Parts: sequence; structure tokens; C-alpha cells
Amino acid sequence: MDVSYVNPFINATLTWVKNMVGVEAKTLAPQLKRPPFPHYDISGVIGLSGGAAGSISFGFPMQSAVAIVSKMIQAPIKEDDADLIDAIGEIVNIVAGFAKRDLTHLNLSISLPNVILSNHILAGLSGAPTIVVPFTCPLGSFAMEVSLKTN
Amino acid sequence: MKVLLVDDSVTMRRIQKTQIGTLGITDILEAGDGQEALEKLKANMPVDLVLLDWNMPVMDGITFLKTARADAAFKDVKIIMCTSESEKSRVVEALKSGANNYIIKPFTPEALKEKLGL
Ligand SMILES: [Mg+2]
Repeated sequence: MDVSYVNPFINATLTWVKNMVGVEAKTLAPQLKRPPFPHYDISGVIGLSGGAAGSISFGFPMQSAVAIVSKMIQAPIKEDDADLIDAIGEIVNIVAGFAKRDLTHLNLSISLPNVILSNHILAGLSGAPTIVVPFTCPLGSFAMEVSLKTN
Repeated sequence: MKVLLVDDSVTMRRIQKTQIGTLGITDILEAGDGQEALEKLKANMPVDLVLLDWNMPVMDGITFLKTARADAAFKDVKIIMCTSESEKSRVVEALKSGANNYIIKPFTPEALKEKLGL
């Protein structure tokens, strides 16, 4: 399976954490998503279309989301704050937009972000494998899920 | 110095406001889309600097840029695109349409200050 398209998203994530959160993130080995699926408390999802179709998501445990966003905006944020939802949406937006630069051959368009709350799993595009990439940073862990099917 | 932050994300405007605020600039206006930005610009001239997102609802950044540049009243307003739309063709289009500079999200606080010329 060709997972080279995942690398631009990994690089974009590492750059986002370094530049805008101000800490270093590490990636653990990417895995093909298989049951039991990981659970998240808050996720940001963006649809990808064009020369390929799919989605990119970030799933966070609540504690990580609160710590990372608080550091990013340099102000404490609470888990029920509407700005937390905006922030998670903007994070996935920034990463998807930045990754597009290295995927110009796919001519990708990105959708507006959606944010999912409460304990959940993310379902991928049927027919396309989903790659799960776990990240850790000093503020907590989170995961990226990328599913992309070339047309 | 008066700055107008244009981005549909409250988070992004908050980050920019904090980072610009550390430079002692407190005269900061905000708009959530290009249409609102044009209204704020007209009502608050002279504005020195606009920090402009690309993808926004109602009116996007490039439309705002072209509209503002077509109006002589705003010729001295410095407009910096601040967007993750980082493909070369996009950068070229923005600069051709009258943007003074371009900064790519995700940016560091230092890069933002440098691109703003502050
Ligand atoms: Mg935007």
C-alpha cells in the first residue's frame, strides 16, 4: 500500500506544533486503522476532494486538546468554551492547507472543518484504508487519521 | 499604528492579536470575512496594516484584496496575506493582486513580526 501521501500531513503537523504551539512533537509509527478503533473526546475533520477523495482528522483526549490550545492561544481555555471548537477546526484547517503544498499533483480542495465532541470514534471513507498516526508532545498526545483514495 | 485582522477563525485572530499586542500595538480591529473587513476599513481609515486570511465565507481574502486595491482611498494600506494556501500559484496571485507580503500558517511569532515589518 502506498502511504507516501501521509508524509506531507505528518510534516505539516510537526510544523504546526513547533511554530504555533512552541513545543516539539514526536510521531509514533503510523498504523493501518483496525478494530478496536481509538476513542477521542474532541476531533476536527476536513474533507479532501479533487484528484483524490478522503479526509484528514485530528482526534484528541480532552486534556490534550485543552493543554495544546491553551498554549497556542497563550490563555487558559476551558473544555466547554466555544473557542476550543474553533481552535480545533482551525488546527486541522492549517495542517490540511499546509500539506496541500506537497500534494499539488492531487489538486486537492479542502472543505470547511467539522468538530466532533463527546467520546467517539472516527469512521473513514469506505473503500479507502485509514492510516492512524499517533503523536506525543509535552502537552499530551493526539492522533491524526488520514484516509485518501485516488480517483 | 492601526491594524485590521481579517480571519474567519476567532482562534487565529486571537493568536495574531496577542502576538502583535506584545509589540505595544493596541489599536487592533477584527473582521470575520472580506465583506466585514471592507466595512471596517472604510469606517476606520487611516488603517496602516491589514493581515488577511484567504479562505473565508461571504467574501474571501483575494476578493477583498482586489476590491481594496481598486480603491485609491486604500492605496497606502499595507496588506499582508496570512494563509495556509501556500502553493506557489496562490502566492503569485496574491502578490500580483497587490499584497505587500505573504506569511504562511503555521507561522512562528518571530516570522509574523518580521513579515509585518514591526
Ligand atoms: Mg480561514
